[in-house]
Amino acid sequence: MNALILRRKLFDAVMIALSLGATVFTLFWLAWILWTTVTQGASALKLSIFTQMTPPPGTDGGLLNAFFGSFMMVLLGVVIATPIGVLAAIYLAEYKRGTRIAGVIGFVNDILLSAPSIVIGLFIYELLVLPFGHFSGFAGGFALAMIMLPIVVRSSAVALELVPPETREAALALGLPRWKVTLSVIARAARPGIITGLLLGVARISGETAPLLFTALNNQYWNANLAAPMANIPVVIFQYAMSPYDNWHALAWAGAFIVMLFVLTLGILTRVVFRQGGRS
Amino acid sequence: MTASLSSSEAQQARASESADRGFRWLTAGMGFAVLIILGATGASMLWGGRLAFKTFGLHFIVSADWDAVNHQFGALIPIYGTLVTAAISLIIGVPASFGIAFTLTETAPRWLRQPLSVAVELLASIPSIIYGMWGLFVFAPFMAADVEPWLNDHLANAPILGTLFTGPSIGIGMLTAGIILGIMIIPFISSVMWTVFNAVPPQLKESAIALGATRSEVMLKVTLPYTRNAVVGAIFLGLGRALGETMAVTFVLGNAHEFAKSLLMPGNSIAAVIANEFTEADSPIYTSSLIALGFLLFVVTFIVLAIARLFLYRLGRIEGARA
Repeated sequence: MNALILRRKLFDAVMIALSLGATVFTLFWLAWILWTTVTQGASALKLSIFTQMTPPPGTDGGLLNAFFGSFMMVLLGVVIATPIGVLAAIYLAEYKRGTRIAGVIGFVNDILLSAPSIVIGLFIYELLVLPFGHFSGFAGGFALAMIMLPIVVRSSAVALELVPPETREAALALGLPRWKVTLSVIARAARPGIITGLLLGVARISGETAPLLFTALNNQYWNANLAAPMANIPVVIFQYAMSPYDNWHALAWAGAFIVMLFVLTLGILTRVVFRQGGRS
Repeated sequence: MTASLSSSEAQQARASESADRGFRWLTAGMGFAVLIILGATGASMLWGGRLAFKTFGLHFIVSADWDAVNHQFGALIPIYGTLVTAAISLIIGVPASFGIAFTLTETAPRWLRQPLSVAVELLASIPSIIYGMWGLFVFAPFMAADVEPWLNDHLANAPILGTLFTGPSIGIGMLTAGIILGIMIIPFISSVMWTVFNAVPPQLKESAIALGATRSEVMLKVTLPYTRNAVVGAIFLGLGRALGETMAVTFVLGNAHEFAKSLLMPGNSIAAVIANEFTEADSPIYTSSLIALGFLLFVVTFIVLAIARLFLYRLGRIEGARA
């Protein structure tokens, strides 16, 4: 009897210790990756990164054109994905809640949510690069929109479903048409949740590399024309990190550092917005 | 006067009705766009890969050739590398995720749980290209200098595992890629696990505790059986991520097209081949073979993720029925 208790207690202690070990193990990797990026990135950070173009090998330069390209394509992605995503979420949450078709669309959306981003890149290549014969910022922006769309749909649908039915009934009882109720009452009540989804989406697509490799490609020069290949931070990081040149490595680290800072800041912002949404 | 008023009212009602119908159709169109995107993604890759499928047929999947000069392409090596790295990632990611979920739901002090879960979720928000860079510049050299020589010394003569851990200590290879994937999938698996562990009705746990069960016994005999479906779903979710992850493994796999029994040897994965070679492909059959690889990846991840969602939805429905 005593031996049994001892064995069970021992097993319990071992399992608790191993689990604690797993947690520490995971945090250790997080700290290591953050530490590397911060130290390498901070030491490579210079003012010229924000004022000069991506350099040819061996010379000094910056990432200005890549920042601009990334900004344009992320903006394009947001502009495309937001209306489609919110309207699709309204269809799921307002018109078809609990039906089979909403179940199927939600299911497919959840699959798209974790679908490999390189596959999206290939899809957009077939759709927008091959027919036109050249890589373009448009294709890059569309690819990012494809990545962002399921995030917007999911979080908007959840936010819309949380709006209390009384709100909807009260607005309808005033004689307002359904579309007006949906857009100016329900969507407004769900706004914090929808914005959270948008921020999450932006955070996700600003670091995405794989879907841009063969849609936007890259561009060594300043380019504001979305119809031409466009420089962007993730692909520049990829190419520079894979190169044998030290100054390119430094630029890649600086880019990685800024992207990570941006993504983590957005993450914190999301939490703040989300908390406010929960309180109101 | 009354007649004209009522007719204008009727007109208004009709206008608002058609606006309503228009809005409804608009949202429906956007809703179905989600379905169309998935269908079109699969169809476009099947179309783009048709040349490869037609030329090589089923041989494409079982052939290990990858010869751009002679236009011979087979998917076996990338498929093998994808499966091996995903398997390594699960071996690391699943126990670690379970440990985190156990710690967060049962043993960690309450004030520490929120910050801990946020920290683990940070891992998910780090862009994969940063994992890749860190892997190439920091982790691979560490593996080459410290881990792999040790594996060579201590495990090379082990009966079955020996061949897996024999090889040059170059740091770049399937083991390194698999470990990085394992770290990357931890937040996805563990967040689902601790969510469902927390959702277990306290009465169930309390009755087990009242019978004298230890915390691990509560976890293994009450919580885990109760949440089994969701846990399986979470693991498949992590598997789906690991199979399709591109940038993190592209940096550290080595882009080798030779078959290697050792995990220390460079390898390849479907996503990495596409990322490395797509813009360099110089013949239609080369491009088509890469897109065909993309199609295979799409089909496999679709199946894995669908299984994951089915397991997770079953849980959702049970919870919904109880609520």
